[in-house]
Amino acid sequence: MFDLSPEEWTAIHLSLRIAVVATACSLPFGIAVAWLLARKNFWGKGLLDGVIHLPLVLPPVVTGYLLLIAFGRKGFIGSWLAEIGIVFAFRWTGAALACAVMSFPLLVRPLRLSFESIDRKLEDAAWTLGASPLKVFLTVSLPLAVPGLIAGTLLGFAKALGEFGATITFVSNIPGETQTISAAIYTLTQIPDGDAAAGRLVLVSIVIALIALVASEWLSRRAGQRFHGE
Amino acid sequence: MLTVAVKRALPNFALDATFSGAGTIALFGPSGSGKTTVANLIAGLVKPDSGRIAIDSDVLFDSAQRIDVPAHKRRIGYVFQEGRLFPHMSVARNLDYGRRMNGLARDDNDHARIVAMLDLGNLLTRRPGKLSGGERQRVAIGRALLSKPRLLVLDEPLASLDAARKAEILPYLERLRAEKLPMIYVSHQPDEVRRVADHVVRLDGGRVAAAGGVELLS
Repeated sequence: MFDLSPEEWTAIHLSLRIAVVATACSLPFGIAVAWLLARKNFWGKGLLDGVIHLPLVLPPVVTGYLLLIAFGRKGFIGSWLAEIGIVFAFRWTGAALACAVMSFPLLVRPLRLSFESIDRKLEDAAWTLGASPLKVFLTVSLPLAVPGLIAGTLLGFAKALGEFGATITFVSNIPGETQTISAAIYTLTQIPDGDAAAGRLVLVSIVIALIALVASEWLSRRAGQRFHGE
Repeated sequence: MLTVAVKRALPNFALDATFSGAGTIALFGPSGSGKTTVANLIAGLVKPDSGRIAIDSDVLFDSAQRIDVPAHKRRIGYVFQEGRLFPHMSVARNLDYGRRMNGLARDDNDHARIVAMLDLGNLLTRRPGKLSGGERQRVAIGRALLSKPRLLVLDEPLASLDAARKAEILPYLERLRAEKLPMIYVSHQPDEVRRVADHVVRLDGGRVAAAGGVELLS
């Protein structure tokens, strides 16, 4: 049963690469946005909050189509990016972009809650001890938001790993380039005799999800011990 | 010599306080009289609507000259009512925080002296979560001192402690006087103030009701 074909390995490898890249690239933005939403009042805050959460409530196909319009070869951003050599359309990088957009609200939310729950008095204390606002953020706010960082990263990663609708709409289902585990399973269910292979990939998905869950649980516990432990 | 002349509108009243002095100045008065706000204004955590704050000839805030030194550059140590230790750092890292943030060189003699003065030696490897209220407050005092401030603000440092813990900390506060470091001591307890302060500024309803020596308290 676990004799995976080269095509299946390719899909697994691609899925992991896309999810890791999508999560890693959106993390800095996610931290910045979560912090802004938790701490700052500015014009258009409600709008920013809404736009970020749109992928959560829109049909994924719609998000994928909007990405196609914007980042396709003829898209208003895509055509401009193509001139400097960055292409998303029908590439694995496009799949990563779609996953990043779709997982962004899930990444931001726990982080924002973590930032909101930090005792701001601790930040004031750091400030009086000579830490500039940036240093306060790096030495106090961000370390104290680590539980939210872990939860957000896991949720974002899981969403990126399983993303299907937006990805297939934006970059299609090209084996070896944009065919992730989900897309491969979808293809396998469309052909006769695909059941065994689909079953193998389903098992792989479950294993990857479990590993990610256990890892984040372990990291959270370690972070918790750092705050309250010996 | 600390000079303070500040105005600030607050939800319930207008703060309008002017005083100056050297040594340890106690800000004394009932709760809600504006003591903590004055302390926060001096430390730079709250901005006055107008006025001037200076230590000797060094201006920290002056609305007329548009000077407003940010809190992290004021070099004012602040001991808060609740300690406010960083829960993700050991006691040793908490104590070292101000030195690291200010980019100061290690001063092992000073460190050893303050650790000894506050009896922190056996707490260094612990986490703030595992300290008693009194221990936490001693660490908070040490942390503020080790950032090498030119003025130390203590905002009701004993208020969250029970009577036994208060008795435990008071001797340490008295030792602070030997540091020759100017201090602002915020409190509404006459007996505490009598033991630590040189001057008393009595606040009431956001205004200076009286200023003078500790005899004001009787």
